Amino acid sequence: MKIIVLAKQVPDTHNVGPEAMTPEGTVNRSALPTVFNPEDLNALEQAIRLKEQHPGSTITMLTMGLPKAVEVLKEGVFRGADDGVLLTDRALGGADTLATSYSLAQAIRKIGEYDIIMCGRQAIDGDTAQVGPQVAEKLGLPQITYTEEILSCDGQTIVCRRHIDGGVETVEAPLPALITVNGSAAPCRTRNVKRVMANKHREFTTWGVADIDADASQIGKTGSPTNVKAVKSIIFKAKETRTLTASDADISALIKELKENNTI
Amino acid sequence: MNNVFVYIEISEHNKVADVSLELLTKGRQLATQLGVQLECICIGSGLDGIENQLMPYGVDCVHVFDDPRLFPYTTLPHASAVINLFKETQPQICLMGATVIGRDLGPRVSSALHSGLTADCTQLEIDDFDMKVKQGDEFITRHYDNQLMQIRPAFGGSIVATIVNPEHRPQMATVRDGVMKKEIFDAGYKGRVVRHNAEDYIDSTAFVVRVLDRHVEAARHNLKGANIVVAGGYGVGSKEGFDLLFQLAHELHAEVGASRAAVDAGWIDHDRQIGQTGVTVRPKVYIACGISGAIQHIAGMKDAGIIISINNDPDAPINQIADYNICGTIEEVLPKMIKYYKQ
Repeated sequence: MKIIVLAKQVPDTHNVGPEAMTPEGTVNRSALPTVFNPEDLNALEQAIRLKEQHPGSTITMLTMGLPKAVEVLKEGVFRGADDGVLLTDRALGGADTLATSYSLAQAIRKIGEYDIIMCGRQAIDGDTAQVGPQVAEKLGLPQITYTEEILSCDGQTIVCRRHIDGGVETVEAPLPALITVNGSAAPCRTRNVKRVMANKHREFTTWGVADIDADASQIGKTGSPTNVKAVKSIIFKAKETRTLTASDADISALIKELKENNTI
Repeated sequence: MNNVFVYIEISEHNKVADVSLELLTKGRQLATQLGVQLECICIGSGLDGIENQLMPYGVDCVHVFDDPRLFPYTTLPHASAVINLFKETQPQICLMGATVIGRDLGPRVSSALHSGLTADCTQLEIDDFDMKVKQGDEFITRHYDNQLMQIRPAFGGSIVATIVNPEHRPQMATVRDGVMKKEIFDAGYKGRVVRHNAEDYIDSTAFVVRVLDRHVEAARHNLKGANIVVAGGYGVGSKEGFDLLFQLAHELHAEVGASRAAVDAGWIDHDRQIGQTGVTVRPKVYIACGISGAIQHIAGMKDAGIIISINNDPDAPINQIADYNICGTIEEVLPKMIKYYKQ
């Protein structure tokens, strides 16, 4: 089977440390370190398991981003992917999810054959969960989102257990299909030392807009229906706060006050 | 043409999801402000009478697609129905729940129609928009009246962005459960019901994904609607530590919530997570126990009436938004709160 895993390099918005805070109380985004988008790692793990069950399968990673995003391709290969493609071009900058999905879909067409496309449910910088389904739509594929585990795959169909609101569901889709993997799926295995040694200086195929036969009106900022009108930083400012100790006097006074004004 | 549409989520026993009623409430306000009609789409099986749950929210037209193959939800048939209906009716705004279904369906529809979609909006407003566009070598300003301002947190909650899609329709947005308020518009409101023939909108080839098995449990708690929330973070220290929180919650008739750190540590169920990727709460009282206050957590509880933070770290970020900071440990403070509350 031929598996393509979409991965994104993202700022580590889940761990905003004091060093990334400005004196004004806002987050300095450029000070955040970059990481392999966590749910894309969950997707990679499911892909590696499939490959183990179907010897001869290949995993190709695809990422779109700055040249530095080649790091996620390398990381993927260290953990079990076979190959990777970096899609990078200044003309792709400023893309919203729709323009991103179009660009990724064009790159996937260029990769050619595939049975399964996998990616994380969402990326932690945008939390939109839109790119997976939009890539599926662009390629005319069925999709299974919020996947927690691939239960079986016979090369013709795939059966997944997926998270739904208030429960779980088992669904079957014909291949080729696009699967998005939830953070509650199995965590990704760590790097394999042999793979690290063998791929330390690995070079990856790099494509620009010219390589993917993209329609210029559908990429980057031009191809994005959404416009950012304004961005406001959240400022964490102190309001009038009363500080109490854990003493009986302080706590009984607080409870009394809250009871008296019918708060509790 | 040009109306406001809401995609209605319908659960087991044909009950309309709260989030859909919340969106109808918001949709009614937007439609009134824009001077257009509010329409909604119901896709499912055995939907006779479904309009009775919807009309009180001020719906002018209910579109019904009723077919045994349309429940439970699968992506392609629901997407086909929505896409083809939108091609016909040309809405200006479409709202969906930021639920598993809405986040599966919304992007599929927006991609097919090449329209902008903004996920997880926390506010929706109508306003004018001026866009700078490059024409030749010069920048000119284009003015757009009455656009949908889609306001959402981004970058893990550290910024709030206002998104506009001036040149593509519909303007699509998803909103999480509990973020908007649900309010009956007029109990006697009468709109139209249009029953569509599903086969006219959905090709039989769309039914390729099969649901083999499905387990849905009724919610085990009412965190979202609770008046008082007792929430624990990493500072609670253990699963046993949460027992104290449950005891206090029991006394106060409160619900127990948690930060992501406590959920990740395995001390409490995932469905009690409060924050940007969990439940949004706006209780009268929020008692934060050992929660440091990551921005993602604050995004889900900052609208609480009174915030009481119990933390032995006086510099915990949550203390900055709290009304009361109790400096102490959970083991020390909670038993005292229980004791004095009972008195």
